[in-house]
Amino acid sequence: MGMNKKLFKNFFEVALGFSKADAEKEAARCLQCKSAPCVKGCPVGIEIPAFIKLIKEGKQKEALEKIKERNNLPAICGRVCPQEDQCEAACVLNNKKIPINIGALERYAAEAILKMGTVPKKRGQSPFLSPFLQHREKIAVVGSGPAGLTCAADLAKLGFKVTLFESLHTPGGVLVYGIPEFRLPKKIVQSEVEYIKGLGVDIKVDTLIGNTFTIEELFQDGFKAVFIAAGAGLPQFLGIEGENLPGVYSANEFLTRVNLMKAYKFPEYATPLNIGTRVAVIGGGNVALDCARVALRLGSKVSLIYRRSENEMPGRIKEIEHAKKEGVKFNTLTQPIKIIANRKGLVSGLECIRMKLGKPDASGRKRPLPIKDTNFILEADTVIVAVGQNPNPLLPKMTKGLKTNNDGTIKVGHNLMTSLQGVFAGGDIISGADTVISAMGAGKKAALAIEKYIKDKNGK
Amino acid sequence: MFKIIEKEELNKDITLIKIEAPLIAKSAKAGQFVVVIVDENGERLPLTLADWDINRGLITLIFQKTGFSTNKLGRLNTGDNLAHILGPLGHPTEIKKMGEVYCMAGGVGIAEVYPVARAFKEAGNRIIGIIGSRNKHLLILEKEMRGVCDELFITTDDGSYERKGLVLDVLKDLFEVIEKSTHTQYPALVYCIGPIVMMKAVADFTKGYQVKTIASLNPIMVDATGMCGACRCKVGGKTVFGCVDGPDFDAHEIDFDELTQRLKTFKEQEGKL
Repeated sequence: MGMNKKLFKNFFEVALGFSKADAEKEAARCLQCKSAPCVKGCPVGIEIPAFIKLIKEGKQKEALEKIKERNNLPAICGRVCPQEDQCEAACVLNNKKIPINIGALERYAAEAILKMGTVPKKRGQSPFLSPFLQHREKIAVVGSGPAGLTCAADLAKLGFKVTLFESLHTPGGVLVYGIPEFRLPKKIVQSEVEYIKGLGVDIKVDTLIGNTFTIEELFQDGFKAVFIAAGAGLPQFLGIEGENLPGVYSANEFLTRVNLMKAYKFPEYATPLNIGTRVAVIGGGNVALDCARVALRLGSKVSLIYRRSENEMPGRIKEIEHAKKEGVKFNTLTQPIKIIANRKGLVSGLECIRMKLGKPDASGRKRPLPIKDTNFILEADTVIVAVGQNPNPLLPKMTKGLKTNNDGTIKVGHNLMTSLQGVFAGGDIISGADTVISAMGAGKKAALAIEKYIKDKNGK
Repeated sequence: MFKIIEKEELNKDITLIKIEAPLIAKSAKAGQFVVVIVDENGERLPLTLADWDINRGLITLIFQKTGFSTNKLGRLNTGDNLAHILGPLGHPTEIKKMGEVYCMAGGVGIAEVYPVARAFKEAGNRIIGIIGSRNKHLLILEKEMRGVCDELFITTDDGSYERKGLVLDVLKDLFEVIEKSTHTQYPALVYCIGPIVMMKAVADFTKGYQVKTIASLNPIMVDATGMCGACRCKVGGKTVFGCVDGPDFDAHEIDFDELTQRLKTFKEQEGKL
């Protein structure tokens, strides 16, 4: 599989997909195990050997249809799923050589929709939509990220009339504001969103449920159930001195300005971004790596500051490798303790301390401990804080009777129903920040739970 | 799409538009704001709601053409569409019957204080309005403010209309009278909205008298739903988000210097537009 040659010079996709020959060759390596451990490794249970067999036979479109039975967003999952921890980790070929590159095969299959134009032109005219199932009840889905899109698509396939509400001006949630263009091209997200519209889902942007109208008003308006997938949008900060200086961004702000608002095309796009020549990104997850690689593409020198060692980094290995190759400087075992301003009140550096690893902590990772008298100043004029996100508190705050846990996540039962009758929740708003695919898994589960709830209520 | 139904140039700097946004009009409360995107390449621009009409499904925005996006917005005419509007956003101003409320505003802030003054009046409070502008021509909503205030004081920087000076001068005089008087009392609340220097000066002054003071902040925002943290401010030593925790805060606790500094973040870029 090729790589974009002009790495980190532009926002074009870095990892290029399989050619037809490469895909069929890779598919031929699959042993077609009866037990299919890979399927168990997939949070949405795609019939992996079946779709790989279809690729081997040259049936790209049929392979896509097979995937779509379980996964509404294959072009996205093929790119951003951590396959190395899921399906590919379970592949029996791990024992002998390298596992099947399932992610790249899924992405290859998904290309069919772009080539063959299977995106339905008219709403409700999808080849994937069964004409026999027509429940017709109105269901509201709040938030159009991976959990919301998946749940909306599955509910539409089950025959419900689904309205998907999004507060931003573009649907996709983290797929459009968070994940950068070079990792997930926005035209891919757009084509998956078009597919979901084709299933009959009505998408309403610029609508903040809780403010524009409440969940109570949704029920008054005839919606029979609500799925809340508002995500983990609240950025965490470190609480260190200097964090509110101009030139310090949360990862969300930085990525939203660049990805959603296209600040990298300023002034053609009106959203500004003030980025210095030396950027320090704090954190070690995928979001931190995305920030670092975006900053690099904007022409800055980038240091990634992480308090544990590279082994403990929560980011995907592939993304860590890309970041290093592109020139991100890794400062591991380093903890920032203060952001320093110059006389003009602008960021000039970061005071850090070296760390060592102690015994494992509650997370199972080795606890980082400061090494005395190792303070040093790292020069930087822009600091990006990418140390995690909390569940968005806005909707729980605006919804009477919707119970939350201490960490701000919404309380749900085993069927994902919240403390309110007919109101379900899933994705990062119940789990805290997690992967795209686990949010999609929750979306699928919620769709089935909502169908059961409606059936039980109707006494069928 | 959100259509402009009416447009009025209030003066050479400040424009009023009424826009079709029935869902926002239905939910709007005093003190709340919206985010406007003028066209598909536009930035997300927070603007306080100056008024709304549930029956006609309209919201009113009054803005000063100071930057790239407000100028672009000002060039739109009746019948044109705005690409996006999100709202109403932020906590509404806490309105209750308290007694006497001073509503202070400077410049385009008068448009923002007007619905707040009206809501306090409707809740049964006595309203003292203190509004100011650079000169007579730039003063807006005098008639509307007279309609909701029991007493209205007006200042202009150059003395071209009513009293020459700042809104703070009026506040100082009123407090001086109260201080000397045996039967008048300090207001239950001072509410202020306008340039940061003005809000800071009001807060510094009322702090000495321990009169509760609320300032409505307008920090830099992107999503305005609590997601980006661009609008973070320090209030009472704690970092809060202007968009979802505000925009109203206890003025005695706000770190105005930090806010002033943060508002300069994109000065250089804005100059390029």
